[in-house]
Amino acid sequence: MMNKNNNVHTVSVFVANKPGVLVRCAQVFARRGYNIDSLVVSTGVDPKFSRMTITATGDPQTLDQIIKQTSKLVDVLHCVEHTGQDSVDREYAMIKVSYSSTATRNSIKKFIKSRAHVITEDSGTVIIGQAGTSEELDLFEGEFKKKFNVIEIVRSGKLVMAIGKAST
Amino acid sequence: MQSQPRKTTKKIIKKQSMPVPDSLKPMNGAEILIKCLENFGVEYIWGLSGGAAIPIFDALVGSKIKLILVRHEQGATHIADGYARATGKPGVVLVTSGPGATNTVTGVMTAHMDSVPMIVLTGQTISPMLGKDAFQESDIFGITMPIVKHSYLVKKTNDIPRILKEAWHICNTGRPGPVLIDLPKDITSAPFTGKSLDPEMDLPGYKVKTTCPKSDIIKMAKMFSGSKRPLLLIGHGAVLSRASKEVMELARKLRAPITNTLLGKGAFPETDPLSLGMLGMHGTAYANKALTRCDLICSVGSRWDDRINGDNSKFCLGAKKLHIDVDPAEIGKIVQPDATCVGDAKEIVGELVKHVKPLDTKEWLEELDFYRKEYPLRINDKNGLTAQRVISDLYEVTKGSAYVTTDVGQHQMWAAQFYLSNEGNKWLSSGGAGTMGFGFPAAVGAQFGCPKDLVVAIVGDGGFQMTFFELSTVTIHKLPVKIVVIDNKYLGMVRQWQELFFDNRLSGVDLEGNPDFVLLAKAYGIKGIRIDKVEDCRNKLQEAIDYAGPVLVHAEVIKVDNVFPMIPAGKSAYDMIIEAPTQKLEKPSGST
Repeated sequence: MMNKNNNVHTVSVFVANKPGVLVRCAQVFARRGYNIDSLVVSTGVDPKFSRMTITATGDPQTLDQIIKQTSKLVDVLHCVEHTGQDSVDREYAMIKVSYSSTATRNSIKKFIKSRAHVITEDSGTVIIGQAGTSEELDLFEGEFKKKFNVIEIVRSGKLVMAIGKAST
Repeated sequence: MQSQPRKTTKKIIKKQSMPVPDSLKPMNGAEILIKCLENFGVEYIWGLSGGAAIPIFDALVGSKIKLILVRHEQGATHIADGYARATGKPGVVLVTSGPGATNTVTGVMTAHMDSVPMIVLTGQTISPMLGKDAFQESDIFGITMPIVKHSYLVKKTNDIPRILKEAWHICNTGRPGPVLIDLPKDITSAPFTGKSLDPEMDLPGYKVKTTCPKSDIIKMAKMFSGSKRPLLLIGHGAVLSRASKEVMELARKLRAPITNTLLGKGAFPETDPLSLGMLGMHGTAYANKALTRCDLICSVGSRWDDRINGDNSKFCLGAKKLHIDVDPAEIGKIVQPDATCVGDAKEIVGELVKHVKPLDTKEWLEELDFYRKEYPLRINDKNGLTAQRVISDLYEVTKGSAYVTTDVGQHQMWAAQFYLSNEGNKWLSSGGAGTMGFGFPAAVGAQFGCPKDLVVAIVGDGGFQMTFFELSTVTIHKLPVKIVVIDNKYLGMVRQWQELFFDNRLSGVDLEGNPDFVLLAKAYGIKGIRIDKVEDCRNKLQEAIDYAGPVLVHAEVIKVDNVFPMIPAGKSAYDMIIEAPTQKLEKPSGST
């Protein structure tokens, strides 16, 4: 993704669905001082394989080593960085917010409009959901936190997919 | 023995079950495991038994594979390592769970750093108890993940043949390395109901790139043209791929000088006039001078280790850098090369030879000869017996033909300098890991693999005391290993640094309380010889070499001596110290 920060990278790893493969990949990042910001793992079209999307922070020079060392792992089929020109990305967020008056509840609903949707409401709280790019989610989250009493935020982590016939 | 049943007892016979022939008995997981290893042609397993591994040890009773009981699991790994380095065949280790497994960690890391093929089989608690802090349970699968080429925690008995086949393939192809297989006791005890001992492997992600595009090789060949001062840098990869012949052809055709890394010793004969010997931190002055003067450097299977490059920003300034490596992850890791070839060194260099043209290197070779004469390696006998004298005499007594193993430290560097090697697989030293205690058990492994050859362990008094318990393995199996303990009663390399960079404030280096090593050998039934005088050195070494059985030579050398030349850590070859400095040196900035 076109991150403003050159040190944030989105890496997609396609792996054989074998025990320990997640730890092996994570160790390649951790050993070189990279902090994994988000990590999404899901089963591929063929359940023998899984796909990971890793968002991590660290210097670009080290990333080249990380990609090569991850690719080298026996259970890894391929590992590539996506910079945004060749791929699309989405993320999902759930935000729990509490309110004490009907007026606040109404202004929450008014605020989210078409940007997000209400998932459920209970005991003076509402959980709203939002899908979009990570940047859109960041922006919404920032504004929303300023206006309302946000109790919890859970985000899926970034999902990435290569455009066209290229493999993610 | 059962008596033959009589005809009249027909009824009884029917009730008694006839003994089932072994060939028809269902085999358990452990028996299948051993059967697979037999099929691979495994000769030896080095190991130490324990509860969780008993089924596997049981399966070894009557096997073609010889089980060698060691005295410590670290010893088993270094023995397997030495065997693998000397023979090119993977070494196999078998230990139990918990501490048995964790004791292999140093040996596994050593093999991983130096790309040595090894299979480590660890017993494990029964599957239902995994993660419940069972007796002698350790998560060895998790502990060793960063130091193995690959690893397995076996969950189904029927997976054993596939996993063994994959492990054998992985450890010994591409860039070799150790593979660990953790085997819960219930899995090895359960009956095997699978159909094949030779199933399909399931390794969709394992990429072994051996064939390099010809265009890359031609591009690299073109880089050589016009070079006036080329230098070939030969590393362990050239040894592992058995590329000596091709490297020699390349050097001869180019008329290019060759330097080798510590582990590249012997891939090109060090006695050849084109050889500059080892380069790097304690390499020869002429090899390091070549680094500062070359206009092209071509690495064959070296990973530009920090012991070679030092300050990378000043490494071979202005020179073209070419890199041949089987591991794509090594390309660009330390050095950004001008041309690269990824694949097997033997194949690539063999092809490269066809495309390069002879270079005019007359002046370059003359310049290097000048350095060679100006800055030779020296031995100074005036203060008494030195390690250099012992190693140099050993080289002459053995005519340079022995398999040589070392520990780590000063003696290792002196051995690299003074025991020239002409065959790649005959120099066995812990390079990347720098593991003290490696030398002696590695020699035991080399001797198992090469029973008729002369194997000498050159070890320090510090390192030897970390793994000397394998003396009993030597005695039991009558291995004629020669052990030369270079005893300066110090952890000498650290003492050297403290003297040169830390105002001689000695801290944690004095090995007071060293045993009498001759008596120690005697306690294990091994002949011991003491050397403490220059004039006796050669004769006593000759006596040791001539003796048919194992010998321990206790060489008491002068306590204070330093290895030179030296490039302080983090400095470059331009900063090489050729002889003892007269001024105080600044503290090194490089790692260790």
